[in-house]
Amino acid sequence: MRGCVRISDAIRGAAAVLVAAAMPAFADGSPTPSGEPAPRRVVSMNLCLDQIAMRLAAPGQLLSVSALTADPDMSPLADRTAPYRLNHGRAEEIYLMRPDLVIAGSWISPATLSMMRNLGIRVEVLPPADSLEAIGEQIDRIGDMLGREDQAQWLRRDFESRLAALRQPPERGEAAIYYANGYTSGGKTLAGAILRAAGYDNIATEYGIDDTRVLPLEKLVMADPDRVVSGSHMPGRSQGEAIMAHPALIAVAPDARAETDRDWVCGTPDVLDAIAGLE
Amino acid sequence: MRLIAALSLLVALLFLVSLSLGPAEVGSLRGLQALLFGGDGPLPIVMREIRLPRAILGLLIGGGLGLAGAALQGYLRNPLAEPQLIGVSGMGALGAVIAIQTGLSTAFALGLPLAALAGAALGVAALMALAGPRGGSVTLILAGVAIASLAGAGIALVLNLSPNPYAAAEIMFWLMGSLADRSMSHVWLALPLMVLGSALVLATGRALDALTLGEQAAAALGVSPARLRWQLVAGVALIVGPATAVAGAIGFVGLVVPHILRPWVGARPSRLLPASALGGAAMLLAADIAVRLIVPERDLKLGVLTAIVGAPLFLHLIWKTRAGGRL
Repeated sequence: MRGCVRISDAIRGAAAVLVAAAMPAFADGSPTPSGEPAPRRVVSMNLCLDQIAMRLAAPGQLLSVSALTADPDMSPLADRTAPYRLNHGRAEEIYLMRPDLVIAGSWISPATLSMMRNLGIRVEVLPPADSLEAIGEQIDRIGDMLGREDQAQWLRRDFESRLAALRQPPERGEAAIYYANGYTSGGKTLAGAILRAAGYDNIATEYGIDDTRVLPLEKLVMADPDRVVSGSHMPGRSQGEAIMAHPALIAVAPDARAETDRDWVCGTPDVLDAIAGLE
Repeated sequence: MRLIAALSLLVALLFLVSLSLGPAEVGSLRGLQALLFGGDGPLPIVMREIRLPRAILGLLIGGGLGLAGAALQGYLRNPLAEPQLIGVSGMGALGAVIAIQTGLSTAFALGLPLAALAGAALGVAALMALAGPRGGSVTLILAGVAIASLAGAGIALVLNLSPNPYAAAEIMFWLMGSLADRSMSHVWLALPLMVLGSALVLATGRALDALTLGEQAAAALGVSPARLRWQLVAGVALIVGPATAVAGAIGFVGLVVPHILRPWVGARPSRLLPASALGGAAMLLAADIAVRLIVPERDLKLGVLTAIVGAPLFLHLIWKTRAGGRL
């Protein structure tokens, strides 16, 4: 066994050398639309952007992704993070990787962002894709940044054609999304879009909620939805999650319960699995 | 007796108001009808599973805290003794947090209230050992501050060590208390132990009366100091522990209520105990009604309101102590 491991390590090492050797050729050969050469040392520090960058980047181009992406509760690509270093969103560790492009989500702490920019690192901040339409645009944007337009075009087309195949759902009635601490998601959120795409009317809309905010449990129960989709349980325990097991919530549509999972977290092609999961 | 009748009426009224108040706008009568007789649709669920436990817990926990405060003040002969200020609630909350985070609370049904009970018992026993029956106000408050700070730090540490992303945000719940979205299962967790504790504490009334004459006089009247002490430790822990386990540490109820009611009962502990229980229930029900009226959209913590009422009174008591008043 140990011999095998050594051999595979040796192969991987050799492959890395080859990739490294091939890199300049690749990078010089495919400039980004702005005319600059494609970045060769990319660090992504946002769970959702990581998952698109991992699908688009050339071998060896993406150095590091966020530690959350390796968490199987949060990320559908958790088992594919082995080739990457995991970062924890700290300026120091990212600077030491000498990146020529950092991709960050708009939740990045302002202090970290200004620190990295002061250190001369190019940081691109992208808003989250919070609708099905925005996913395609996000794929294109990251493809452009990485100089991988062809892969982006392929990924976007594949996603959009599979989405179109799902898009004529039957009307399934009313549903409510309910997360820890009594939060719900309305129509202008990714979770709301997933619900709609699966053929459900969202009761949050009845209450004039289109973003993610608190909906008192009483109001949810009074709307009497046909289905309740509750948030997923994180490891460990909390009082905030206890509301998802409240007897009043269980009493609503007890036979048609569902839970959000890692496919619901991010605007990536994996939302198709979330939509399919509701059927 | 007139006082007890008046307080009972007030509590009943506040209980009904609490039941008719909620984000879902339903008429009080329709709501009560659904509560009592059930019916179709979601309204009976709202009334029975959401509003009823909230009102019951307000009554139960407020009553328990009022009673525990009056008993502690009678025993320590110090009006500053109050379950939260002296760290007993905090220790109860620490026990609850440890039970939840270690999985003890899911491993067996009574794990949560029993762990909180153990924490509260440790807190009240430590306090009595530190302050002693004849401890002055300064000793009592210093011991209480130390125990409460340690408990608060312990809660924050345990919740921050939790792998759960929501856990750390719950420090406020444990330190300030809330009745939002509690269920009947919480009522069943707390009720039996709290009733037992209340019976123990109410039974100390005569002994506490005797104690007002001084320890020697009390001993001459047949009061056993050791027995009284343990009865109070157990009773207060049985009340405060389970109450904290389901609603967090709610402060000042046990301070304000006995203080307001004391002149009405001729400063006799045996009469103050039941009156304080009713007064505490009224105060907590009123506070829980107020948090729903002030910012209905948010879960304003109960401790915010009880502290706004209670802290000035606390300062007033300290002021009287400094001025050489009899405490």
